[in-house]
Amino acid sequence: MSSTELSAPHLKQPRTVAEPIAWLRRNLFSSWFNSLLTLVLLWLIASLLLRVLDWLFTQATWTPVVANIRLFWIGRYPPDQLWRVQLCLGLVLGLFGVSAGIWGGIVRAVATGLMGLMVLLIIPPFDAGMRLYFAGLALLIAAMYFGGLRSGRSLRWPVTGLWIASPLIVLVLIRGFSGSATLPPVETNLWGGLMLTLLLAVVGILASFPLGILLALGRRSRLPVVKAFCVAYIEIIRGVPLISVLFMAMIMLPLFLPPTVRVDTIVRVMVAITLFSAAYLAENVRGGLQAVPNGQIEAARALGLNIFQSTLLIVLPQALRAVIPAIVGQFISLFKDTSLVFIVGMIDLLGIADAIIHQQAWLTVTGGVQREVLLFTAFIYWTFCFTMARVARSIETRLGVGTR
Amino acid sequence: MARATLSANDHRPVPFYRDVKILAILAQVAFVILIGFVFWFLYSNAAAGLRRSRIPGGFDFLWLTAGFPISEGIAFQPTDSYARAFVVGIVNTLRVSVIGIVLATLLGTLIGIGRLSTNWLVRSICTSYVEVIRNTPLLVQLIFWYVAVILKLPRVRDSLGINGLIFVSNRGLTVAWPQATPSFGAWRPWLLVALIAGIAVYLWRQRQLARQDRPGAKLSLGLLVAVITAAVGALVVFAVAGGAPLTLNRPVLQGFNYRGGATLTPEFFALLLGLTIYTAAFIAEVVRGGLQAVNRGQREAARALALSPAQTLRLVIFPQAMRVIIPPLTNQYLNLTKNSSLGIAVGFFDLFNISNTIFNQSGRSVQVIAMVMASYLTVSLITSAIMNVYNYRIRLIER
Repeated sequence: MSSTELSAPHLKQPRTVAEPIAWLRRNLFSSWFNSLLTLVLLWLIASLLLRVLDWLFTQATWTPVVANIRLFWIGRYPPDQLWRVQLCLGLVLGLFGVSAGIWGGIVRAVATGLMGLMVLLIIPPFDAGMRLYFAGLALLIAAMYFGGLRSGRSLRWPVTGLWIASPLIVLVLIRGFSGSATLPPVETNLWGGLMLTLLLAVVGILASFPLGILLALGRRSRLPVVKAFCVAYIEIIRGVPLISVLFMAMIMLPLFLPPTVRVDTIVRVMVAITLFSAAYLAENVRGGLQAVPNGQIEAARALGLNIFQSTLLIVLPQALRAVIPAIVGQFISLFKDTSLVFIVGMIDLLGIADAIIHQQAWLTVTGGVQREVLLFTAFIYWTFCFTMARVARSIETRLGVGTR
Repeated sequence: MARATLSANDHRPVPFYRDVKILAILAQVAFVILIGFVFWFLYSNAAAGLRRSRIPGGFDFLWLTAGFPISEGIAFQPTDSYARAFVVGIVNTLRVSVIGIVLATLLGTLIGIGRLSTNWLVRSICTSYVEVIRNTPLLVQLIFWYVAVILKLPRVRDSLGINGLIFVSNRGLTVAWPQATPSFGAWRPWLLVALIAGIAVYLWRQRQLARQDRPGAKLSLGLLVAVITAAVGALVVFAVAGGAPLTLNRPVLQGFNYRGGATLTPEFFALLLGLTIYTAAFIAEVVRGGLQAVNRGQREAARALALSPAQTLRLVIFPQAMRVIIPPLTNQYLNLTKNSSLGIAVGFFDLFNISNTIFNQSGRSVQVIAMVMASYLTVSLITSAIMNVYNYRIRLIER
């Protein structure tokens, strides 16, 4: 390409024809070896794809997935209370939309990702109501975005307040009160499916955040006792598998507390996930802390800020900003790791899949329904993780441009 | 610090509540008291709880009879002790981890190089692989491989594979395996000589190449010498003793299963497959990052010196990329080892699974969990130590 342009710069090339052929030659047939590789791979892909498509559309039994779609989303949560979960999702997504409008930047990247996710969720063959709901959520994000864009700064504080209150609102809405008619209590053992997976991941990342920051600061502390404790905690937790921490929480947490205190299973799991995630988060935050130049701290001290002020107002904001992509990455791996709660007997997304596989109705299906159900489960996990990974990448480029 | 110089000027002693040194000590004492109180609280509750449930402390229970069978790894009878069961678990974890690490490194390196290929098709396939595998939970993949692939393979009677050599069925993977014959003893000294000769040739080549300061084959030459020596030995033994020192033990269908050969249980197979495929996706990203970190000029200079693309990759790019690759690669190795604990989901008898059974039978929760965590920590520390030594050896030596 460039060589022909160099030799005859005044001639216009007929790009419409030459471009695709040149692309093919450069990318697929650049040498005899590459050509051979291309042909063999094409043949392999074609034969594999045909078989997979044939299985997907003619042989696979998708009825277990379609018939149990509610179980996938909310587990054994009472169906007549579904509106509460839907309301929570609407609230959080709406908040993301309006915040994207107000603040733009990173939040907009996240909101765009969430909107893409909603559009992706319209694709699988759910019932019409479900698809309409996801389409509605996508529209809600867009509408709130433009609302936030228009109102601008005036909504900053109310929205911040709503964000801070939102975990509590969500938990109250989903848990309910005893004796309430509109919000009857729903026991935690009925929570399940994707809802439980998301709750565990979000609670895990939120609760481990303050702990992780404290551990990271402690690891850089000049007080040897504090430093030793933090290093020991971080290295021990990072050296053992999550499943052993989960088992410890399930078996030993009741043992370590007075017999009068009864801890709900879901709380035990949340404690385990938080303690585990905090160690990894601490290492991410430490990376950010190391990236803050010493001059910043010295300047803060010179301005008369004490150590707490300089840490809270000068060091942490810069450190956390730098590690946002790493924290999103941590959230992705936490989201995937929540599937381990299935081993300790909870019915999260994977637990539901396992329950559906063993339903009476599908025992007669020749070949079983394991492949279909597990592939669908994997697809849901993949959709979420892939979207988050995309968001992390876009934040990364945004931050990179900002700092340069 | 600043306060100390100020006080030296005006000769007034610093009150103790403003002295940084004393404050630091006080803060640490407060921290120790706080942590100590939390630990004492937890400990006293645990001690009371254990007393109520009448579970004796200490590690004496390890010598009790286990009473459960383990159908994986080194020999184990239900009459053996808990301690031996624990050791079987450690060996099984190490077995699957080491094989998994080797396979994942090979696959991951291939895919990582493939992601930078000039061939668009190769590039896209490798990218899709990484994006799909990395963004699905390992546990879902493991259960998928076990329940939806391996247990769905044909029954033993109709197993796939090359007749007499490899059989794949829902009972696992069975392959023909070499077996020692009575004349093996006569061959043993030859094997020792072959090993020594191989190492000697390797070391000699290494010194020679270092003196001439040029690249060349050393490992492959050493291996070749060792193999030829061993083969000559086998021929001599065959001629003298009248029988080959090794025969191929072919699996034979007998009743409902195969006899002879070596068998990989479906659980081991599923766990190994899952761990390899999952970790390879992460290793591919590590390798790609390392290759991209090497300065473009290095590749151009190598090509200008008329090295072939393969030589450029092997002799110029890879040695430099290794320095970037090793630390994150170590993390992936540690992750693989820790993730092998998910074998419990497919019924593989690894350290965690066996410990769980020991705990369920003996009720010694604290001791068992402490032993499990200590074992994983030890394995993690040893792995990082080995990789650190390697990292030190390949470090950049500036002239």
